[in-house]
Amino acid sequence: MEYFVIVIGSIFVSNIVLAQFLGICPFVGVSGKLSTSVGMGGAVLFVMTLATIVTWVLQYYLLTPFGLGFMQTIVFILIIAALVQMVEIILKKVSPPLYQALGVFLPLITTNCAVLGVAILTIQKEFSLMEGVVFAISNAIGFTLALVLFAGIREHLDLMEVPKGMRGVPIALLVAGILALAFMGFTGLV
Amino acid sequence: MNQVANFTKGFIKENPVFVLLLGLCPTLGVTSTAINGLGMGLATTFVLVMSNLVVSLIKNAIPDKVRIPSFIVIIASFVTIVELTMQAYTPALFEALGLFIPLIVVNCIVLGRAEAFASKQTVFSSVIDGLGMGLGFAFALTILGAVRELLGSGNIFGIELMKGDLMLVFVLAPGAFIALGYLIALMNKFAKS
Repeated sequence: MEYFVIVIGSIFVSNIVLAQFLGICPFVGVSGKLSTSVGMGGAVLFVMTLATIVTWVLQYYLLTPFGLGFMQTIVFILIIAALVQMVEIILKKVSPPLYQALGVFLPLITTNCAVLGVAILTIQKEFSLMEGVVFAISNAIGFTLALVLFAGIREHLDLMEVPKGMRGVPIALLVAGILALAFMGFTGLV
Repeated sequence: MNQVANFTKGFIKENPVFVLLLGLCPTLGVTSTAINGLGMGLATTFVLVMSNLVVSLIKNAIPDKVRIPSFIVIIASFVTIVELTMQAYTPALFEALGLFIPLIVVNCIVLGRAEAFASKQTVFSSVIDGLGMGLGFAFALTILGAVRELLGSGNIFGIELMKGDLMLVFVLAPGAFIALGYLIALMNKFAKS
């Protein structure tokens, strides 16, 4: 039941992109096409879950016992940057097709604030490791859902006649606002 | 390089939010009021100025291959300083900004300026650039915060200006996207004409 609440809560009620404003850069930048959105979502799912596990272990077995809590930001961002590099190298060797699919998105993920955000939130909410993993996976699904929905709308938007000043990012942000309004309908679900 | 132009470019011509579209997460996330926007903007300005300063000071000592990780460590150190200082002296603002303070680390503007400007220019120009870009960011966040606060709750900086039926949605998440969308559209119209 606990896990169910986390899953529904992070995918729908407080969607990471549309309600918490994390990962807006890829949301606006990458979501022009449906296929790239799915690829980006996959890469985020992979890195976010790994990063949450590693940072959780570090926080509770290194930072907290030694009273180094203030180092959290520095340690976490370094871990994420190193992790992204490692994943890239390993994927290239072990699974070239997967690397082909996710490769271009991996370097972008270091500066994706959703990954660092979820890692810090997992610690702030005092989740256990298992809850943290579920939290990370469902946030990544929420991220992908928002990206895919938005890409679907934007593919149609390209065919529309939009006033000159509104073309590109402004109209995309307005559409995102309406999408966020729709997601507000989930408020109070859990 | 003309230092006046270097300083003022961040406000309109190369405004990080309205023109370069960098750092949109904190822009949308914290601007439910003008004061939060200003606080976030000033915190980011501090990090930008200090990281630009340090990066331009030691740019010749950093090997090219480990440049980005080194920049990240420098930035993260200053973010930690801001985080601890705000927690001690402005606890209310610290609560309101929450997660977005540690996330200054991944704000594309800070790393972007370190990589594109401070690692190539003199110390003085880098500090001016950081100050200009940071204040331009603070300016954009304060405007967006003021618009949302006025439309959503009738106040600006807590001073009551409007009464009656207000659009609460502007203080909530969807209003952030909509207000920023219209502000960028306005900027496009005036900057290009």
